[in-house]
Amino acid sequence: MTTDVITQDSHDEHHDDHKMTGIKRWLYTTNHKDIGTLYLWFAFIMFLTGGALAMVIRAELFQPGLQLVEPDFFNQLTTVHGLIMVFGAIMPAFTGFANWMLPMMLGAPDMALPRMNNWSFWILPFAFAILLGSFFMESGAPNFGWTFYAPLSTTYSNGSTAFFVFAVHIMGISSIMGAINIVVTIMNMRAPGMTYMKMPLFVWTFFITAYLLIAVMPVLAGVVTMLLTDTYFGTSFFDAAGGGDPVMFQHIFWFFGHPEVYIMILPAFGIVSTIIPAFSRKRLFGYSSMVYATSSIALLSFIVWAHHMFTTGMPLFGELFFMYCTMLIAVPTGVKVFNWVATMWRGSLSFETPMLFSIAFVILFTIGGFSGLMLAMTPVDFQYHDTYFVVAHFHYVLVTGSLFSIYAGAYYWLPKWTGHMYNDSLSKWHFWCSLVSVNLLFFPMHFLGLAGMPRRIPDYALQFADFNKWVSIGGFAFGLSQLIFLAVVIKCIRGGEKAPAKPWDGAIGLEWTVASPAPYHTFSTPPPQSDIDNADQHEH
Amino acid sequence: MSTNENKDSAAKDTEVSVSNNNKTVRKLLLVVVAMFGFGFALVPLYDVFCDITGLNGKTNTTAAAYTEGGIDESRTVRVQFITRNAKGIPWKFEPVINEINVHPGEMKVVSFYAKNNAAHDIVGQAVPSVSPGLAANYFHKIECFCFTQQPLSAGNDVEMSLQFYVDVELPTDIKTLTLSYTLYDITEKSS
Repeated sequence: MTTDVITQDSHDEHHDDHKMTGIKRWLYTTNHKDIGTLYLWFAFIMFLTGGALAMVIRAELFQPGLQLVEPDFFNQLTTVHGLIMVFGAIMPAFTGFANWMLPMMLGAPDMALPRMNNWSFWILPFAFAILLGSFFMESGAPNFGWTFYAPLSTTYSNGSTAFFVFAVHIMGISSIMGAINIVVTIMNMRAPGMTYMKMPLFVWTFFITAYLLIAVMPVLAGVVTMLLTDTYFGTSFFDAAGGGDPVMFQHIFWFFGHPEVYIMILPAFGIVSTIIPAFSRKRLFGYSSMVYATSSIALLSFIVWAHHMFTTGMPLFGELFFMYCTMLIAVPTGVKVFNWVATMWRGSLSFETPMLFSIAFVILFTIGGFSGLMLAMTPVDFQYHDTYFVVAHFHYVLVTGSLFSIYAGAYYWLPKWTGHMYNDSLSKWHFWCSLVSVNLLFFPMHFLGLAGMPRRIPDYALQFADFNKWVSIGGFAFGLSQLIFLAVVIKCIRGGEKAPAKPWDGAIGLEWTVASPAPYHTFSTPPPQSDIDNADQHEH
Repeated sequence: MSTNENKDSAAKDTEVSVSNNNKTVRKLLLVVVAMFGFGFALVPLYDVFCDITGLNGKTNTTAAAYTEGGIDESRTVRVQFITRNAKGIPWKFEPVINEINVHPGEMKVVSFYAKNNAAHDIVGQAVPSVSPGLAANYFHKIECFCFTQQPLSAGNDVEMSLQFYVDVELPTDIKTLTLSYTLYDITEKSS
């Protein structure tokens, strides 16, 4: 079957300008740039949707007491907010980057499996239609937290489990197809002369991430299947009455869940490792060590899952094992942070918007890493567990980490994607508004958590009122600031200063050897060896 | 002529890359299937792991034999009993005595009281768990109502017995054991 698909595609290539018009272009497209665009827009729409849910959450938490929503609906909001941001915003955004950039960075004409690429995108809207549609069902949307612990999602489910499970199945299939495509592209489609250690670090991080996805997404599919049969078909995987064990759910879930958090951060490392050298006008410091650090983070991610479960009554040995393994991850992560700093050291820095977001990433992600290190310590985790400290931690790594890297990457490659420079002053407004508001939003959460405010509650004790007010104000400001980005992107697509093929003088990479906007088909003939050598990120 | 040759070699290249792609895809799909299976394999693996290490407070589910290993009278272990009803089972279910002091190796019999307060027959199943979890492997039940299902007709009550001993090998830092029973309604599953 695949043979037919490829033959047809190579056939398509003979008609270079052949492009369908209107909606059909987007429905039937197998072009990696079109699909990348679809992924990025989808991710941004989902980001705004999940953000809207967060606005309601913050409005409810603006002051103590119940004002706007019922507690059960509040739980639905936090659950769907989490699911959308993880599976609908961050992951598809990175897949969008992969689709747009990997073939251009590797000197390949397209992704290896274009037809599957189309499928892996177009099933996603259905998954999220099911998930969001459950808001309008009698049962309501999933209300058991994005971690869907049994028995909350089985015995005590509000009836949304089936919708949730099918939505996750579809998301999983989409991610697996996307990941297979990335691996096959990187292994088989590299331009002649592009050895593995000559690939940009961006490509490496997506390569490793794709392997993580292939390894753990099926485990997620398995665990939600068990939930489904436990809830509706009388099995007892997680039901003690039938000989099952609810704690086992947490083990299987976090066996997926911990690699998943690296799936959401490793591509960010790749993006930042592309941008910081460009605006420091230096090569990346320690390219090889970056590759090995990324690989070791990925490998270690498989043996730390139980640090999410310190309070389940593990024996001391288990707690120590998972504590030390978790702390070990700080070593390769530290290698990366120091390498970024060393790249900037004595560089000729300039602070264009992508660089601003990247520097903010390095600093704020490191704060998130440190709070993660605090959570890794078993004794203190007993106090921090399930408090706002955890919320602060994972929002620092996911918002000021992953999301900021996505913004950095978007600004960096927008000229290549649209052919126009973005509006510089608007983009600076976007950055500074985001930076101030995001810290107002998430930093006080550390103190709330340390003072004992539990997460996932619609109401709280009076002593938390002041901080929560500030957090909510920060939340609204951050939400509004993201609309500036929407304005920048729309303006940039419509017009603006014409972008040259390489708008950043320090940038390296094959993507800058093609015109801006990137032609519909690039690298139908592989790039010359000299271009590949110039794109090499190693220090000379 | 030369354009033909080019075309041929291009076609050959495409064929090679397609077969390479197919090979890689097949391998990766195999990994996907294997990992899906691994997710399910974690279930028995987890049970075996807990069985061997005694983690998670799971005690023996079939009768243990009492071995005359001597009684360690030099120390006393406090064994506490607690009961809990899972959602939706309207039984009164409680230990007759809340705690008992035993010497390791000494056999004891205690009983639990259950009464079906519902207007219909219910089959109950008590699931034991020992805390601290590491002590589970040192808590031996010779006879326990939890080994079998407990049918109780409407309004009836029963006293159920538990015969147990604590292993002399119990680590000395464990001074108190808590045995917790959760009672589930398994009428539907047992019928």
